[in-house]
Amino acid sequence: MNAVQTPLKSRPAPAFYIERLRADFPILKLEVNGKPLVYLDNAASSQMPQPVIDRLVRYQTTQHSNIHRALHYLSEVATLEFEEARRKLQRFINAREEREVIFTSGTTDAINLVMHGYGRKFIGAGDEIILTTLEHHANIVPWQMLAEEKGAKIRVVPINDAGELLIDEYEKLFNERTKFVGVMHVSNALGTINPVKQMIAFAHARGVPVLVDGAQAVPHMKIDVQDLDCDFYAFSGHKMCGPTGIGVLYGKAAQLENMQPFKGGGDMIATVTFEKTTYNTIPNKFEAGTPPIAAAIGLGAAADYLSAIGMDNIAAQELALLDYATEQINSLPGVRIIGTARHKAAVLSFVIDGVHPHDIGSLLSQEGIAVRTGHHCAQPLMRRFKVSATSRASFAFYNTMAEVDALIAGIRNVQKVFA
Amino acid sequence: MADYKSLYQEVILDHNKKPRNYGTIAHASHHADGENPLCGDHISVTLKLDGENIAAIAFEGESCAICKASASMMTAAVKGKTCADAEMLIREFRDMVTGKLEPAASDHIGRLAVFAGVRDLPSRVKCAILPWHTLHAAFSSVASASTEAEDDPMRTLIGSA
Ligand SMILES: Cc1ncc(COP(=O)(O)O)c(C=O)c1O
Repeated sequence: MNAVQTPLKSRPAPAFYIERLRADFPILKLEVNGKPLVYLDNAASSQMPQPVIDRLVRYQTTQHSNIHRALHYLSEVATLEFEEARRKLQRFINAREEREVIFTSGTTDAINLVMHGYGRKFIGAGDEIILTTLEHHANIVPWQMLAEEKGAKIRVVPINDAGELLIDEYEKLFNERTKFVGVMHVSNALGTINPVKQMIAFAHARGVPVLVDGAQAVPHMKIDVQDLDCDFYAFSGHKMCGPTGIGVLYGKAAQLENMQPFKGGGDMIATVTFEKTTYNTIPNKFEAGTPPIAAAIGLGAAADYLSAIGMDNIAAQELALLDYATEQINSLPGVRIIGTARHKAAVLSFVIDGVHPHDIGSLLSQEGIAVRTGHHCAQPLMRRFKVSATSRASFAFYNTMAEVDALIAGIRNVQKVFA
Repeated sequence: MADYKSLYQEVILDHNKKPRNYGTIAHASHHADGENPLCGDHISVTLKLDGENIAAIAFEGESCAICKASASMMTAAVKGKTCADAEMLIREFRDMVTGKLEPAASDHIGRLAVFAGVRDLPSRVKCAILPWHTLHAAFSSVASASTEAEDDPMRTLIGSA
């Protein structure tokens, strides 16, 4: 699937269609400070549509029990629904096999799983791990912990002023000690869409496995893990209209089978004696303890919901919003966009001359507008742009052009207050 | 409901634009750096004690308007006061922004009451309190303060705000 690398021509969905979708999201009817909520913090967490809420309620009211354990009716139903959710996620990212879909508590948990399960087994003293300047702390800190423990080294792919990875430099970082690559698919702070397919092919030609942090890509574009050929792909439910506390680690079966378990406990074992424990097969080997069953089933419903709209339609609507918002912000004197990559998802980081992002966030909230302000868990990246923080508007398919107008009016108001 | 309009009052905007006592003091007797790692804001406070009296005080750094105005008004409020008076004001300011003290119930808060609005905005309480925090650290000759430091005496108070 190449939609990932190619910016689609902006063709906004007809307004009536967006209005119908918005009606699925009860929270969008909220008023904040007496103004209609304008929710532009989707990169932090997206909102949940009624069909997903209903699915959670149905599970909890008629299907709940523990899974994989008992033979009674409810346990059978819950197990079936949980495994059905796994298949939904498998189809959603086009994994070859359902056992390649591991339920985790989110992206952070998924990356930590790979660090413990793969990294601690296969990465040793003097080995090198390649990361990028764009990474979220979730894809930096676990690898630093590993590097410290093992005496391994982290190499960092630099970026240009637009916020694009320097692919030449990436390729130059490889040597015989390179053992692993971790790269985000879409930057949460800047919106940059990285050429991960090309990067994976380059790494594989040198026998190096690649983990892709897909937290910001999965909600916004069609993902095909077989086409990307990544070894690992991590994402979170709460950024794709699903519940919190659930996420996915996709891993190639061959990789997952070679890895050591991350957490020990129930469900992940085959047999236990005090002398020796043998582990269960994948995916169960990596799902110790009772998982968030309701959340997994809710995530399955979220994948269905997004698929019914169509990921290509979602990407097109969001790009139309991005184009319009970019044009509008560029027309405001004293406002600068941070992150101007050619291939971008609908994330707009900006700074206003003379106004601290915290003050921007507070004043916009007064107008009912929700944006994120801060370092976006990407301090190395902020340092690269010599800012301590930015304000970030991040769009979902349920946002409207009128909401972009509200943001622009809000920014003008901030400038007026601080004039 | 949080009211940002009342938070961004003229006084605060004015102190943000034209901060008083901005800079550093040469030959300071006390100094501390304060940082809010959650947003990267940092300020430093230098002061000169003459016996028990704060003879001179200044601050500088990079921060949001709430933090800067708070620092500016703090330096104006404690200059010429004794350390003990300043420490009391630190306590009262902290109690006010964490909702434990009504500004009207204090004889010392005065114009600092404009910061009472942050009490309903947990994420902004830290901005308002950082300068005070840093002043407290300077008195105790703690070289640096942080809104997140484990050993910071005010951490739990702010954290639970
Ligand atoms: C790119 C990226 N990676 C990782 C994460 C962490 O996700 P979570 O907090 O759901 O584990 C986020 C979200 O904050 C993100 O945007």
